[in-house]
Formats: sequence, C-alpha cells, structure tokens
Amino acid sequence: MVVGAGVVGAAAAYFAALAGLRVTVVERGAPGGGTSSAGEGNLLVSDKEPGPELDLALHSQRTWREDLAEHAGQWEFESKGGLVVASTGDGVASLRELTAHQRACGVEVVQVAGAELRGYEPHLSEDLAGGAFYPQDAQLQPMLAVAHLLRLARGLGASVCPHTEVTGFLRDGDRVTGVITTGGDLPAGAVLNAAGTWAGQVAALAGVPLPVHPRRGFVLVTEPLPARTIRHKVYAAEYVGDVASSDAALQTSPVVEGTRAGTVLIGASRERVGFDRTVSVPALGALASKAIALFPMLRQVRLMRTYLGFRPYCPDHLPVIGADPRAPGLWHACGHEGAGIGLAAGTGKLIAQALAGREPDLDLAAFAPERFSGGAPGSSPGRPRDTGEARP
Amino acid sequence: MPHPHDVAVVGAGPAGLAAAVEAAEAGLDVALVDAAGQPGGQYWRHFDERHAAPGDARGLPGGPVFTDLRARLRALSGSGRVRYLPGRQVWLATRDDDGTFTLRTTATVSAPVSAAASVPVSAPESVTARALILCPGGYDRQLPVPGWDLPGVMAAGGVQALLKGHRTLAGKRAVVAGTGPFLLPVATGLARAGAAVAAVVEANGTLGWSRDPRGAVSAPGKGVEALRYAASMARHRIPYRTGTVIREVLGDGRVEAVRTAVLARDGRPAGPEREIAADLVALGWGFTPSLELPLMLGARTRLDLDGSLVVVVDALQRSSVEGVYVAGEATGVGGAALAVAEGRLSALALAASTGDPAGTAAIRRVRRRIRRARRFAAAMHRAYPVPAGWPRWLPDSAVVCRCEEVTYGDLRHAHADLGATDPRTLKMLARPGMGWCQGRICGFATAGIASCLSGRPSTAEDLRALSGRTPAAPVRLGELAALAEETGGGGPAEETGGSS
Ligand SMILES: Cc1cc2nc3c(=O)[nH]c(=O)nc-3n(C[C@H](O)[C@H](O)[C@H](O)COP(=O)(O)OP(=O)(O)OC[C@H]3O[C@@H](n4cnc5c(N)ncnc54)[C@H](O)[C@@H]3O)c2cc1C
Ligand SMILES: Cc1cc2nc3c(=O)[nH]c(=O)nc-3n(C[C@H](O)[C@H](O)[C@H](O)COP(=O)(O)OP(=O)(O)OC[C@H]3O[C@@H](n4cnc5c(N)ncnc54)[C@H](O)[C@@H]3O)c2cc1C
Repeated sequence: MVVGAGVVGAAAAYFAALAGLRVTVVERGAPGGGTSSAGEGNLLVSDKEPGPELDLALHSQRTWREDLAEHAGQWEFESKGGLVVASTGDGVASLRELTAHQRACGVEVVQVAGAELRGYEPHLSEDLAGGAFYPQDAQLQPMLAVAHLLRLARGLGASVCPHTEVTGFLRDGDRVTGVITTGGDLPAGAVLNAAGTWAGQVAALAGVPLPVHPRRGFVLVTEPLPARTIRHKVYAAEYVGDVASSDAALQTSPVVEGTRAGTVLIGASRERVGFDRTVSVPALGALASKAIALFPMLRQVRLMRTYLGFRPYCPDHLPVIGADPRAPGLWHACGHEGAGIGLAAGTGKLIAQALAGREPDLDLAAFAPERFSGGAPGSSPGRPRDTGEARP
Repeated sequence: MPHPHDVAVVGAGPAGLAAAVEAAEAGLDVALVDAAGQPGGQYWRHFDERHAAPGDARGLPGGPVFTDLRARLRALSGSGRVRYLPGRQVWLATRDDDGTFTLRTTATVSAPVSAAASVPVSAPESVTARALILCPGGYDRQLPVPGWDLPGVMAAGGVQALLKGHRTLAGKRAVVAGTGPFLLPVATGLARAGAAVAAVVEANGTLGWSRDPRGAVSAPGKGVEALRYAASMARHRIPYRTGTVIREVLGDGRVEAVRTAVLARDGRPAGPEREIAADLVALGWGFTPSLELPLMLGARTRLDLDGSLVVVVDALQRSSVEGVYVAGEATGVGGAALAVAEGRLSALALAASTGDPAGTAAIRRVRRRIRRARRFAAAMHRAYPVPAGWPRWLPDSAVVCRCEEVTYGDLRHAHADLGATDPRTLKMLARPGMGWCQGRICGFATAGIASCLSGRPSTAEDLRALSGRTPAAPVRLGELAALAEETGGGGPAEETGGSS
C-alpha cells in the first residue's frame, strides 16, 4: 500500500510491483498533483557533496539510466550535462576541491577554464573565472515520469486510487495493518508513506513524529528563445564563508536551462515560509537578477510565467527511507527536498528491495526514520546547509 | 515609494473608465492603468485618435456614453485628479502588510519579440493604492475546430479590433461563426467596411434574445440594438444560419472555405452539410473574463451561467478580498452597458465607504440598472450556450492548443492511457496551455475536454486551474531584476544562494 502518487510513490509502486508485491496506490488528489508537478526535473549529481545523498544520487542515476532505460523516452529523459561556473579565482579553487572529492566518489566531472566556458555556452557572461562540466547531470519531465511509472505498475498488476485521502491507520496493537481512507478501509501488509511534503502529517496519523516541512521554491519560465540558446544546465557555485570551514557547503544560484520548447527555466528560490502561496517579489527579482548575471542577454527576455512548489525537507536535508520501528508495518519514502525527482528511481528500487525482504543495494541507515527521535528533535536545522538540494 | 492613491483602477474599458471618472469626481485620488494606448477597452475600441479620419467619430460605438466619459477623464487627468497610465500592463498585484496594494506595470507588448531585438528596459513603474477596482474585461472564447490553425481564421474580437483600431479588413469574403449576439456587430461591421459576409453561422436559435420575455423587456436599449443589427444584416443580405456549426475549416496553406453542418435534434452535427467559400473566418463563442489579477490577490470565483469562471462580488461590487472591487466582464459577461453601471457602482460604493454619503441615492439607482442588465445577460446566456458535448465532434487530428500544437488525440491519449481526468493534469502531461498564450485561448476548451472525457460537467475548479497566471502579462527579466534591487531581494528570508 503506497500513500501518495508523486514521483517517489510512483517509482516505489513500480519497483514493488516488479518485485512481485501486490500494490495499491492511494492519492488524495490527481496523481502527480503534489510537488512532483510543481518543480523542475533536474537529475543532478553536480550539486551534491560526498556523503549519503551523493551515494543515493549516483545509485538513482544508474536506476534511471539502466533499470528504466527502455522507458526513458516516455518521460523525455535527456542527459544534457551541467555546467557549474565560478566568478572568482577563490571560487574556482573551491570548486576544484569539491570536484576532486566528487570524482573520488564516482562522479564524472571535467574542469573548464574561464576561456573555455563560452565554448560550452556562447551566451555566458564574460566575467567568469572558470567552472566544471558534469556530463551525468540530466533531466526528465516529472509528470510524465509519474504517469508512465504508474501505467507500468498497473501493467504489473498494481491498482491506483486517485482522489482517495488517507485519514487514519488500521492498527493491531502497535502494528499498522492498513489505512483508513475517504474511500473506505484498505488493509495491507505494509504501508509506505510517500506523501512528500505532507508525509509528516501522514506519519502523525500513525502517531509517529516525522519532521518533514515545506520549503517554498519559485521557478521562472521565459518566452521561447531560438533552439540551443542555452545548451546545458548552468548555475553558479560559490562557497559560503570561510573556505577552511569544515562544513563548507555549496551554495547555488538558480539553475538556468533551455527547454525543448525553447523556453528558459530559471529555478529556484528557497524559503521556509510554510505553505504560503503568495507571490514574493524579492524571490522573483533575485532569481531574475542572478540569471542575468550568468547570461546578460536574458535581461531583454520576457518572463512568461512563474510557478511555485513546496519541497519536502527534513532538518538534516536527507530523505527518510525505510521501515519505521516505532510503528511496525509502516514504511517511509519521503523528505527528498529539492532532489526528489532525481532520487526517486533509486529510492523506489531500494525501498522495494527492503519491502520484499531483500538486502537493499545501498545501506539505508543514514535515511532511518527514527534518526530524529534521539537528541534535539524536529525543527532545528541549525545553519541552513544547501547541499540537500538539486538546485532548483 | 510614492504615496498611495485612494484607489487604483485597472482597465479603461467601459467599466474602468466609468469607475475612474466616478471615483475622482467623488473626490478620491485615482490612478488608472490601462494596457491600451487610449481609453475605450474592447467595445469602445476605436481608431487611433492621433490619426483620425473625417467621419470616424460617427462610427464610435457607445456614442455619447463613451465620449462623455472620455471628456470627463481628460478633464480629470488634466487637473491631476486622475493619474492616467495608458499603454501599461499590470503584471503583478500584491497586497502589502499594511493593507495597501502595489501594482507593478510594464509597457504593453502584444506579440512575442525576439530576444535579440534590443529594447531599452524601462524602469518598472509601480502604483500603490489603498483600494483597487479591477476592470480587466475579457477576450473571445474559442473552441477548437479542425483547420482553425490556418491563416485567415481569427477570433471575432480580433477581427473587430483590426477593423475598429486599425481600419484593416482582415479578408474579402468572411464567415462569422460561433454563438451569441456579438457575432452580429462583427458581421455588420465587416459588411460596412466592404467585405462580403458569406454567412453568420450561429450554433443556437435565432435572434431569440430580443424576444426573451425575461430579458429583453427589462433592457429596452438592447432590444433596439438587436433590431438595428437585424436590419443591418438584412440590408447587407447576410445569410444567418442558425442551429448550424462549422465542422471544418478548409484550405491549403490558408482558409479557402468552411464546411458547416446543421445540428440534429440530439445536438449532434448530423444534419445536412454545406461548403461556403471564404478567405476570413471569425470565430466567437462568447467571452472569457480575464481573471489573472483577481486570482492573484486571492479573490473567490464561481462558475457563471455561460460556463465562464467569474469573480464573486457582493451587491456593491466588493470581491472576497477586502479593498478589492471588481467590475465589468470579470464579474460576469454582460455587455458594455452593464460594465459601465458596475464600474460606477464600485466607485460610488468605495467613496461611500470612505465617508462620502452623497452617493446613496445614486447607488440605489445604479444597482437597479445592474439588476436589470444582469437579468438580460442571464437570458442571453441561456439562449446562447456553448453546445453540450462539443468535444465529441472533434477528430483526433484537430489541434486544440495552437501554441504547442497539441491535438485532441494527444489529450484523449493522456486521459485514456495516463489517467488524466482534470485539466491541470492534462496540461502537465500533454502541454496544452504551456505556450505563448498560457492557455488564454485553449484553457476553456481544455477544461471542457477534460470534463467531457471524464463524463462529468465542467467545474469552477477545472477552470480555476487554468485561469491563474503570474505574471498577468509578460515582463522583461531586466525589469524583474530591478525590483530585486529596489526591494533588497535575497534578504535573510531568501536563500536563492550565490552571492556573485
Ligand atoms: C521549485 C521546485 C523545484 C524543484 N526542482 C527539482 C529538480 O530540479 N530536481 C529534483 O530532483 N527535484 C526537484 N524538486 C523537488 C521535487 O519536486 C520533490 O522532491 C519531489 O517532487 C517529491 O516527490 P514526492 O513524490 O515525495 O512528493 P509529491 O509529489 O508531493 O507526492 C506526494 C503525494 O502525496 C499525496 N498525499 C499527501 N497526503 C496524502 C494523504 N493523506 N492521502 C493520500 N495522498 C496524500 C499528495 O497529494 C501528493 O500527490 C523541486 C521542487 C520545487 C518545489
Ligand atoms: C467583437 C465584440 C463585439 C461586442 N459587441 C458588443 C455589443 O454590441 N454590445 C455590447 O454591449 N457589448 C459588446 N461587446 C462586449 C463589450 O466589449 C464588453 O462588454 C465590454 O467591453 C466590457 O467592458 P469592460 O470594461 O469589462 O472590459 P474591456 O472593455 O475588455 O476593458 C478592459 C480593459 O482593461 C485592460 N486590461 C486588462 N488587463 C489589464 C492589465 N493586467 N493591465 C492593464 N490593463 C489591463 C484591457 O486592455 C482593456 O483596455 C462586444 C465585444 C466584442 C469583443
């Protein structure tokens, strides 16, 4: 039983069905109608520091590229590569240090000298000192991925119940034995909470705290430009504060990229403002000015629309993946913040392995649901560390 | 920031013009922003006054009502009581913490321009005000029909605009089709300008609205108007084919003819077909109100009798958002006279709320007029509905979204294979409404198709999903970036990153 038909729930449903499990997906709205349809579709490895998230990202890359290779066209998978640029010598040096670590973890990355940048992107600003090119950075169309993963899952015997909200859990003592929904009670051997930004609320229905919070992001969409005006995913990397600081985190400017339709996507801002949907002039303005700093020609280009979404984030910027020992029978796959599209395939495959009682390809300990229950519970993320985000 | 105005009016069509003039005369300090270069809006759209030709004034629709309002606006803006900002589009409306509203405007542009064309980015002009009267009007509602993407097919309002605004005849032999009384002025306008009008193809009955006992008696002016159009149709010998629809627009590279069919008793186009030669096809299925600004501010909306999404207003034109009044087509399509009355009422009500008691009697009178005009509009909507089940007439190859070239077949596939049952999901999976027009043209149709495929009636929710747009009009990124500097974007709450 999968709660939530976002990209994570859809991938989990597909891999679980593939593993021979009987799968039902319940979704309170339309499939994909949550955050998966309100972001972008970047599959980035470039923005991740060595650690569990990068491991998951690399695993997920392989899953998208290999396990799901035959379907990649359905969701417009495109491996267009990412270009990270720095405007100062210091920035270039820090970037070089990061890329060395990343390379050691298996990330493909090419150092690009300042003079070569415009060979990659002819319209880039001339004021840049250098950068790095990440050929693995890719993209897909998230809504198509959700729809086709669910279609494939249905083909394997899964059933999908849209417009059905989970309002409680069936219990047998501590054990979770199914869900109570607006469409009736649905018993299940295991319930997977894939409710994205609302996963904390779903967990609460089972009486377990799970600190998943909304982090708002705006995306700008411009009028269509001629093909190949902007060729890759481009963003600026600057290290925060003291380069010597041990948690030197990669901060990013918005990712600027051209789409097949010719429009340019610029995303995304990051704010913690709850589920506030009002347009923020400072957020839109900052996105525009940072995009122009990279590509001065964008100054003249017109914004056609903006949209926003709420990333599901946890205080330590890592997703929650695995069984919840506090409520046996309840599992989680949520909290992927700004990287849920990229991480979905790997997450789905790993959780399906675990659900089927097999050893997952990747150790899930770092993503354990109960990790927040220890020391300082919940909502104190300390200094925002922006590594948990596929930039947009 | 400049000091806030008492009220900012958006739109200088019949509603906005009346609102701005009335508000200023009641003593309020008014700003009036309008996308068009001169006052008049849709209905009172007219030739460029700087290039007037002799005899032009006679053709001015709305006649004395318009010229009177325009003269008063000139006087008021001359004396500084109205700050009139023509040629500017409001692209963003926000409500600030202290309750005042800020409108961000940009110079009007109507067509895509290439990014290379270097136009100086003008400073963003913003307007602040303690209250808003939104009168954004609407535009032609379109339904897809095979061949409507051929050059020579236009929206009825677009044909009219060319004619009124630029004195340009878009073709020599025209067919005007769709439904509703607004087809008639378009047809007779074309005929007067020298085009041969081969037919008016009306999906519903005859000029029934002038005889509808519920409506016409209560709006005598309208009955007279109808008779005048009928007479004009007869004078120009324009065939009026009722109960008929265009099944296909034919042509190789551009319009050459239309194929029409008579609607059978069950509402399907099963009756006799005929081919009518034409080089211009003007299509109009009623109007779609522009709701970007009201939705942006969070105003409540509902489904109107004609199937349009409209803003909910109370008996004083107040929307659900405090301080935001809405008047004209955005509250329900009902013609220019109703728009004028609503514009006046909103201004009078606002003035009264700020302590001007003088308007009470006037308010009562205007409200009576509005009730009457609303009854008439309701009768009209009942007499000229969009035919039920129209999506079922479409072949898979019919283009629904012209910007993104999405066909009906693409939408059917997204529904049948991918489970899309609502317009938002259809849009995300098949891209209707993702292009330049942002669903202004195909949004109503997409909502109708989603509900028809799912075997249910269209809902306000369906339309809402496709009616909100930010920005309300395209704006250059350079202007947006300038705002970041002004507002100190990237402040503490912001984490857009990169300090470069
Ligand atoms: C602006 C922005 C840009 C982004 N860009 C990228 C990017 O480039 N690359 C990337 O990898 N990620 C990106 N992301 C992040 C990504 O979109 C998310 O991490 C991802 O969509 C999360 O997927 P999900 O399936 O967990 O959640 P969702 O898609 O939100 O799915 C959860 C589903 O659960 C349903 N649900 C909730 N409660 C219940 C209930 N009680 N009963 C039944 N159903 C329920 C919801 O309706 C929803 O459909 C971006 C996010 C934003 C906001
Ligand atoms: C072809 C045609 C024929 C018609 N014939 C008749 C008829 O015979 N009789 C009749 O009574 N009515 C007729 N109408 C209807 C009539 O046009 C409308 O009822 C009337 O114009 C509505 O007035 P309004 O003020 O609500 O909107 P509009 O006249 O549409 O004015 C709205 C104004 O707001 C501006 N605006 C919108 N958004 C913004 C923004 N974001 N920023 C700045 N400015 C903005 C627009 O540019 C426009 O100038 C006809 C309409 C058409 C298209």
